[in-house]
Amino acid sequence: MSGTDETGASAPTSAPPAAGAPAGHGSGEHRGDGRARLRIPQARELGILLALVLLVAVTTLASPGFLSGQSVRDLLLGATLLAILAVGQSMVLITRNVDLSVGSVMGLSAFAVGMTFVSFPGLPTPVVMLVGVLVGTLCGVVNGVLVAAARVPALVVTLGTLYMFRGIDYWWAGGRQINAADMPDGFLGLSRVTVLGVPLPAVAAAAVVVAAGWYLRNYRSGRELYAVGSEPAAARLIGIPVDRRVFAPFVVNGSLAGLAGVVYASRFGTLDATVGTGMELEVVAAAVVGGVAIFGGSGTVYGAALGALLLSTIDAALPMLNVDAFWQQAVVGLLILVSIGLDRLLAVRTARRLRGGGPRGA
Amino acid sequence: MGPEVDTPAASTAPAPARTAPRARSRALRSAGASLRSLLRTRETSIIGALLVSILAASLIVEGFATGRNAGFLILDVTAIALIALPMTLVVITGEIDLSVASTLGLTSAVMGQLWVAGLPLELIVPLCLVLGSLLGALNGVLVTVAGLPSLAVTIGSMAMYRGLAYVVLGDRAVADFPFSWTGGATARLPGTDIPWIAVLIAVLAAVFGAVLHATPVGRALYAVGNNAEATRFSGISVRWTKLWLFVLSGTVAAGAGVFWTLQYGSARADNAFALELSVVAAVLLGGVSIFGGRGALPGVLAGVLLLGVIRNALMLADVSSDVLDIVTGLLLVASVVVPTTLARVRERRPRAAPPS
Repeated sequence: MSGTDETGASAPTSAPPAAGAPAGHGSGEHRGDGRARLRIPQARELGILLALVLLVAVTTLASPGFLSGQSVRDLLLGATLLAILAVGQSMVLITRNVDLSVGSVMGLSAFAVGMTFVSFPGLPTPVVMLVGVLVGTLCGVVNGVLVAAARVPALVVTLGTLYMFRGIDYWWAGGRQINAADMPDGFLGLSRVTVLGVPLPAVAAAAVVVAAGWYLRNYRSGRELYAVGSEPAAARLIGIPVDRRVFAPFVVNGSLAGLAGVVYASRFGTLDATVGTGMELEVVAAAVVGGVAIFGGSGTVYGAALGALLLSTIDAALPMLNVDAFWQQAVVGLLILVSIGLDRLLAVRTARRLRGGGPRGA
Repeated sequence: MGPEVDTPAASTAPAPARTAPRARSRALRSAGASLRSLLRTRETSIIGALLVSILAASLIVEGFATGRNAGFLILDVTAIALIALPMTLVVITGEIDLSVASTLGLTSAVMGQLWVAGLPLELIVPLCLVLGSLLGALNGVLVTVAGLPSLAVTIGSMAMYRGLAYVVLGDRAVADFPFSWTGGATARLPGTDIPWIAVLIAVLAAVFGAVLHATPVGRALYAVGNNAEATRFSGISVRWTKLWLFVLSGTVAAGAGVFWTLQYGSARADNAFALELSVVAAVLLGGVSIFGGRGALPGVLAGVLLLGVIRNALMLADVSSDVLDIVTGLLLVASVVVPTTLARVRERRPRAAPPS
């Protein structure tokens, strides 16, 4: 349906997308707002990087073993899952939606990987990994269809699918547990493979981050995700196929959650129906801490990945600093609140600056 | 293409022209009336679904239609029912409070720690309620004074309050509460199977319902949810209204935490983990619009009971509890997707011919 809307509207709106383009490419020299919008995320990412460096420095001073090769590898491996999930979640958040079902999707696809190994022992490992990703993609399609079709807040839809996917996982598992012995050594060893000293999953996560970042920045459809998240009604008016731009990130996010499930299965080797329970909170937290606004339209996947790295580092650093591990979640919660507050502060300041710069044509 | 476009446009044009001269207040009132009738149908359908499910469960599931079981069912949904009352008001104003289950958990943890420290429960319980109000007030201040979206704020405080619960009690459990209190929590009304908490829920629901549906305060809540800007101009303080609702939400969640701890005789940091999902599910299932401005308390109570009946019946019928998650999810998704999709289809039909 939106396809006809789009084609019907695209002819008279060749001008508005052109007007939106400078903000998108950040090249229009007379567009102060475009540049301001690009500068703020950079400031946010710098802040997180600074916090990260500070945290690592303090922890290393307190406990010199923190920066040893093995613990850095462990840290990267720990951040991998969260970073992959945070990248997908960011793309959804940018369109002013949210996917609360990622924990369930990751659990379901992890279990699917294990079950495929058990049921079809002859299958080559890459095929099984593909199955895991496809299970995630399918869940993403379900979410995307429901959100785009009904145009109800994704919060409600994905709250529902969070239950559904988890329920299917439990029903399928039926109390069963899959152990490392059920999976081939080659698959389980993937986490221990290193590329120039960096664990393979971390390399994969980095590739995902860079690819998503590249797409969001350099492709028109990627930039349009920001337009949709900033003002859906306006995006629709200038001819952006909003429903499709909302749908796609859900599918991508589902695939990435599926990939995270594969990584989880490979790394931990023990799978039951509880895998990934409550993970959605941590994922949203990583994205929000990384400067992705929960109300859409701003943020980068680099920030989200940094947020994931920061949260994982806090996780690893607290015991080193002899801080009770129970503080971790409270710190995460506080970080979310501080990040949203900071975001709001920056937005208010930008709005004031823009208003001071004189009225802008509608 | 041209003439086809013209005809429907010409036929629809007089309709707005006819309504235009009417006084705006009258148009608003008629909009309100049609809204109320829509509401009534939503509510009727959920109450109908509840009655049908009760009837079906009584006929099919052995042991469902007994007083004993009804008592268990009520105890099972107590926390959800209590928290759903203020949540209904919060969602009607267009906000949401996802931190309720964490507030419950933190209250439970504090209750356990204070009991270990030797305080009497007579003192602990009011302290816990005050704690809940403060936790709610923090949410409210961040939403109203700082102007942050409640969804983001309460996702943050959900993590923080749950984290603080672990900070307070760790992964220990405090279970040595006196039987006079734990037994008292689940006590039945003399000579019946009805737990006394059912009476409290009924009284609270009546109070919340009366305030929401029969007082200017209640109408103000709908107004805030429908159009906060316009409401502000009409002299209602949107900020104070929302702030108090968050305080109320926190206080009731703390009360539910006290009850939960006594009911299960165990104070734990992970008590009621993820219960906010069930509460939100029940409220939305009951016909409250997530966009705010629409919904009614009887519908919400029916939503709470419907989830409870399905859960109870499935468990009695030895259907694995995993199916419950699937059913809950399906119900929730259907309850939002079906009406909005139908509305969109209906909306589109008159405009089907002209390309937009």
